[in-house]
Amino acid sequence: MFSILRSIWLTFLHIFHATETVEYPEVKPYLAPRYRGRIVLTRDAARNERCVACYLCAAACPVDCISLQATEDPQGRRYPEFFRINFSRCIFCGFCEEACPTYAIQLTPDFEMGEYDRQNMVYEKQYLLIAGEGKYPGYNFYENAGVEVGVKGKGEGKNEEMPVDVKELMP
Amino acid sequence: MKYLLIIAGVLLIALSVAAGLIWVERRLLSLWQDRLGPNRVGPFGLAQVIADTVKLFFKEDWIPPFSDRPVFLMAPGILMITILLTFAVIPFGPDFYVFDSNIGILFFLGNSSLGVYSIVLGGWASNNKYSLIGAMRASAQMLTYEVFMGLSLMGVVMMADSFSFCSIVEAQRNGWFIIPQFFGFVVFFIAGVAETHRLPFDIPEAEGELVAGYHSEYSGMKFGMFFVGEYLGITLISAIIATLFFGGWLGPSFLPPVFWFLLKTFFFIGVFILLRASLPRPRYDQLMKFGWKVLFPLALLNLLVTGAVLIFLK
Repeated sequence: MFSILRSIWLTFLHIFHATETVEYPEVKPYLAPRYRGRIVLTRDAARNERCVACYLCAAACPVDCISLQATEDPQGRRYPEFFRINFSRCIFCGFCEEACPTYAIQLTPDFEMGEYDRQNMVYEKQYLLIAGEGKYPGYNFYENAGVEVGVKGKGEGKNEEMPVDVKELMP
Repeated sequence: MKYLLIIAGVLLIALSVAAGLIWVERRLLSLWQDRLGPNRVGPFGLAQVIADTVKLFFKEDWIPPFSDRPVFLMAPGILMITILLTFAVIPFGPDFYVFDSNIGILFFLGNSSLGVYSIVLGGWASNNKYSLIGAMRASAQMLTYEVFMGLSLMGVVMMADSFSFCSIVEAQRNGWFIIPQFFGFVVFFIAGVAETHRLPFDIPEAEGELVAGYHSEYSGMKFGMFFVGEYLGITLISAIIATLFFGGWLGPSFLPPVFWFLLKTFFFIGVFILLRASLPRPRYDQLMKFGWKVLFPLALLNLLVTGAVLIFLK
């Protein structure tokens, strides 16, 4: 009996509480940098594509919304011939970002992607690629690992030692 | 001519208040839940009511082929008619009423009993299990609460020595009946909530368990009539509480009597909505137990004590 009256009174007092609602189009909420929104492909500091077309993002994608085709440039550096994300399927889970070995694919704090035509939700590579480095400035996959594609020679990478000549007996 | 104007005025006030309540309820609820509610359509979202109405009119008015067609069509109308008829006997002001019936309270109780038919018939004619369960619950709940809804008002009738709403208001010139009839008020208010099957006693509808209860199969404006009928019911119960226990249109003379009446009515409408915002729905058997074992004896006791005191004072 008393608890019922008390809960009615406490509910009434909520008139004087601040509202939680954000009036969205006028007031934009703060989105953390790690917010999982529109997916982009980033470039490294030299403005080359980070993506090495390893297909890990497409394999990790639970809704199969990523489609790409690998190819190589004359130096042997792999890159995607086309890279396509169907955002009408994408669930913004971020698995592609976790799977990516080169920090190429990243999710951004942007969700305003409304389109009138469903086909416009399919983003091609030119619309996915951004000019900058995204969340990991200064990182270049080929400086740390990977084959020789003109970025570094064999054994010249960071935290990397020159290869041992296995036929050499001297210590 | 004046008579027709009053009828039109009462109808207009009742219907526009009921329709406006859709907006009022959503705004107040959101206020109590730390939200904003509809505030986009028109100033303060007021045009939301119009938008909702237009939406209801343009919805497909589907009559289920498995339903009992004539009964299905009749049911929402019965609800509206019984509630709107009751507004005829309520005095909005000293001479602002459709007719001053000398059996006004009985008229109200009779009409609210007839209102049960709309829900029972609607649930039955829908030929749907959820609807039928809702209708069964509604009939049991409303019949139970009807009993002491009437009994709780008898104290007021005894004190005013009349069944007429106008005389009851006049009898409160020396003090509102809320003070001598406090328990009558409490019982009537709870019974009123159950009678309009509003939360926390919305067991016949109970979205969580019965989809929408007795009006699951209704769509378009037929659903709209149930919807507006519910708000009309809230307005009616609030108006009757204001009339019988809080002096109706009586009040200090710096405001017109109609204004006092509407102010009191709106206060109780707000309490109805506050109840919805704060209380969870009881289980079905708890509701019946509470009705028969607490409210019914309380109403009888109130009747007995009021009678004894009145005889003693005579």
